[in-house]
Formats: sequence, structure tokens, C-alpha cells
Amino acid sequence: MSALLKISNLCKSFGGVTATDNVNLEVEPGELHAIIGPNGAGKTTLISQLSGALPPDSGKITFKGMDITNRPAHARARLGITRSFQITSLVMDMSVLDNVALAVQARQGHSFRFLKPARSIRALRDEALDMLGRVGLEARAEQPTVALSHGEHRQMEIAIALATGADLMLLDEPMAGLGPQESVAMIEFLKGLKGERTILLIEHDMDAVFALADRITVLVYGRIIATGNPDEIRGNDDVRHAYLGEE
Amino acid sequence: MKRTTWATILFMLALAILPPVFMWTGNAFYVDLATRLVILAIAAVSLNLILGFGGMVSFGHAAYIGIGAYAVGIPVYYETYGGADAIASYGGAFHILVAVGVSALFALLTGAICLRTKGVYFIMITMAFGQMIYYLFISIEEYGADDGLVIDTRSELPLVSLDDPLQLYAIAYVALVIAMLMVRTIVNSRFGMVLQGARGNNERLVTLGYNTYLYRLTAYVISGAMCGFAGALLGNFTTFISPDMMGWSRSGELMFMVILGGSATMLGPVLGSAVFILMEEILSSITIYWHLPFGLMLMGVVLFARGGLMGLIKGKGDK
Repeated sequence: MSALLKISNLCKSFGGVTATDNVNLEVEPGELHAIIGPNGAGKTTLISQLSGALPPDSGKITFKGMDITNRPAHARARLGITRSFQITSLVMDMSVLDNVALAVQARQGHSFRFLKPARSIRALRDEALDMLGRVGLEARAEQPTVALSHGEHRQMEIAIALATGADLMLLDEPMAGLGPQESVAMIEFLKGLKGERTILLIEHDMDAVFALADRITVLVYGRIIATGNPDEIRGNDDVRHAYLGEE
Repeated sequence: MKRTTWATILFMLALAILPPVFMWTGNAFYVDLATRLVILAIAAVSLNLILGFGGMVSFGHAAYIGIGAYAVGIPVYYETYGGADAIASYGGAFHILVAVGVSALFALLTGAICLRTKGVYFIMITMAFGQMIYYLFISIEEYGADDGLVIDTRSELPLVSLDDPLQLYAIAYVALVIAMLMVRTIVNSRFGMVLQGARGNNERLVTLGYNTYLYRLTAYVISGAMCGFAGALLGNFTTFISPDMMGWSRSGELMFMVILGGSATMLGPVLGSAVFILMEEILSSITIYWHLPFGLMLMGVVLFARGGLMGLIKGKGDK
């Protein structure tokens, strides 16, 4: 099986700080691959380079066998990479449904269509409502996004990522700021997604990571110190020292 | 129906009925006032597409009024006094084609550069391009430089005569209604959803796979072309054109109208230009310092009525 995403010798530094230090990583189709590491390990920086928001200094990113290192963010999204944001990033002054409908619309090719009212296109609305249904937000569809709670915004982020139909979902701390019950619900939801989409997950919540991940990569100061299945990571001495602490 | 929809229908009906009544009761002056109002409203509606719905605060929109006006003035000048046979013409279709075409081209070339910037930089660079056109026409002696140019003959159109004030008004009015319907159709379309999404959160839209730069540029070109058409009408209305009609203060006035009336609404820019024209008329007959009370009023609306006059009409309960 060839990797869906292949990262080779990726480097990125800001001034004197090396955020990504010669990272090599492969993500297999269908797997849920978690990236963990202490604060400032460069996890979000890595995601941003994969989504195209930040240019890497050197190295190569291959997606579906294509070199995407120099492709702009919107072109990568078209190829099937989507990301959710650690800090909620939604169109606040639009309705919940419009936010998700924009994602569905994005999948259907260009939107240089000027005549038909978008909100009356059933195919767009129905699919957007479906996605909202999957995360349990249908009842909120017509509300302005700004009126929803933080937890609901996190769910919207997931609904949007789903609606883009992307093969690879880069999820940047989907559990951030959620209450204990909301976290459990989110873990259950992501479990349900496993196998359907390939997911690269950044998460601080260790319970979540060990419950969900097929493989885990540990990043410390921009460098990968270990990759393996949850048991291997648990048993890895370097990881214990650098990150998990002595138990 | 929503209150804002009612307001839109009533106001547009009033604009359709009042000027003929003024005409028949011998108040031709008010027809002139209404014509200027409606023409500037077209320009404001076009600006609203990018400023209100696209979040692009253009401070150089008057340039398109100037381009549109000179697209009438220059061909008429050559047709009257000879020279430049290729563009000499009294033909209205030709004037409109040039006004819209050159405006669209100017919007494409400058927009391609301006839209690489955002925020204050965008405001400054659109203003710079506007001033560029302003100084260009000031420096062309052939077309009267800063003294301006008299349009000896209005554009010739089939069936109608622009020399008749009421017919000119009717054409401007129909053009305004079409412009409003065009903007409404565009902003509700899939294209419009992307445009408004990018106004709210550009990064999100890019992440979804939209090349928002191209969507914005397209809106920018449509807006410029529409405003160029308003300029051609304004040239025909005043029959005297000068670089003054495209200075930065003109651009500022167009922004006033949109924000005062309510940006990102259908009637807002029209209401804004109506208030602007009426206030200018009333206040300037009382004092030459009419800008002062006008400025204070604008501040009041911005501070206390979020969403402009349309925000007031909309009320609290209405969604």
C-alpha cells in the first residue's frame, strides 16, 4: 500500500527557532495518525505547511503521488486536503447552514455561477443539512454562526471538513476547549469516522489519542523522536523521558 | 414580507412616480435633482457590491464615473470638431460600450494589483489609482484639462431622446432598477456566497479550496463596469465634464452614501444617495459650510445606528 501523504526532509524555521526539523512521515490511506508533542513542538506549524498556509524552507510533500510542496492552499484543498483550525475559523456573520453549504459548493468545482440563488439549490442544502445531522447540529442550521457555543463551533468545523469530501482531514486539536462530556462525544464521533477518511490528528488529550490513533508520531522541538502504534509509543523510553514523564 | 423589502418597494415606487408629477406640475428643477440622485445611486449600488458584500473598501470608485463620462465626452468632441475619426461618434451604443469596456479593463488592471493588499493598504492603493486617472485628465489639454469639456450633443439612442429630461430620467431609473436586480442576483448566487464568505473569513474560504482572489477580482471588475455606465449617464446629464467628478472627494462621497444608507443591503446605497442629494440641496441653501452638519449627521448614523439607515428601518425584531 502506497502512502496517501508523504513528507520528506521537511524543514521550517522562524529566525533562530527551528519549528520543523527534517521531518519524514508517511500517512497511509484510511489510518488515523496522531501527532503528539509538548507545547511549541511545531505541530500546528507542520499542519500549516501541509495545508499550504505556510511555505516550508526545504523538503518535499507528496500527496496521492503528486508533489504539492509549492502548490497554493486552495489548490491543495481541491486535491482533497482539508484542515480544521485549533482556533475556531468560521464565517461568523453567515448562518450555520451557509458555512457548511460553502464547503459542499467548493467540492462541486468552481463557483463562478452568477444566476441561481445558492440558498434555493436543494442539492447544496440537503447535503449540508446531512453533514450537520452527522454532528448533531441540524436544529441550529438557520442560526447565525456567531450565536453558537464554542463546543458547537468545534462540531461545525468537523461538519465542514466532512462536507469538503476531502480524503485527508488535518484536525488541529478538535478537542480544544471542550468540556469533559463534549470531549467524549467528539471521541466517539471521530471513532465513527475511522476508515471512512484518512485523518491526521493533533491532540493534547492523551486519552483521546490513545483511544483513537492507529499510529502515533511524537514530535519534540520540531523533530520526530518516535513513530509507532499506541503500545509501542507507550513503551518507548525516549518518549517517556521527553514527553509523557516518568510513570 | 420583511420591513426592508417593503421599504425598498415603496421607495422605488416613489422614485418612479414623483419625477413625472414634478414635471407636469412645472417643477422641472426637481426632475433634475431626481436624475442626479438616481445616477449617483447606480454608482453607489455598484460600490456596494464590493464594499458591502465583498468587504473591499475602495476609495477610488469615482475614477469609473470619470472614465464613463469621458467615454461620452471624447467621441462627441471629435465628432463635433473633427479629428480621431476612429472614435468620433454621437452613437449612444458606442459610448456605453466604451464606458463599460474601458471601466472594466481599468478595474481588471488596477484590481489585479490592489487586491494583493488588504485593509488600509487596499484603501490607499485604490485611492492612488483613482488620483492617477484624475491627474491624467488634468494634464490632457486637448480635453480641456482642469477646465473640463462641454458635451455639445448628447448620446444618440434609438427610440428615445436624452435631451428630454423625463426620458433621460426614465432611462436612468430603469438602469438603477436593473443594477439593483443584478447586484441582488449576484450576491445570492453561488458566486455571491463565496464573495460574502471571503468577506467574513478569507482564510476559511481558501482552506475550502476557493481562489478568493479571483472571485474578488471578478466582483471588482463587475462593479467598475457598472459604475462606468453611471458615469456615461452622468456625462449626458450634466453635459459638462471635468476631472473634478473623479477626484478622491467624489470617491469619499460614494462611500458616504453606501455607509449612510446601509452597506450590504439592496436599498441602502439608493437611500444614502437620496439623503446625500437632498441634504446637499437643503443645507447648501442655508449655509456654505453645509459639509459640517452633514459630517456630524454621518457620524451620528455610524455611531448610533449600526447598519446605517437600513439598520433603523430593519428594527430590532426583524431578521
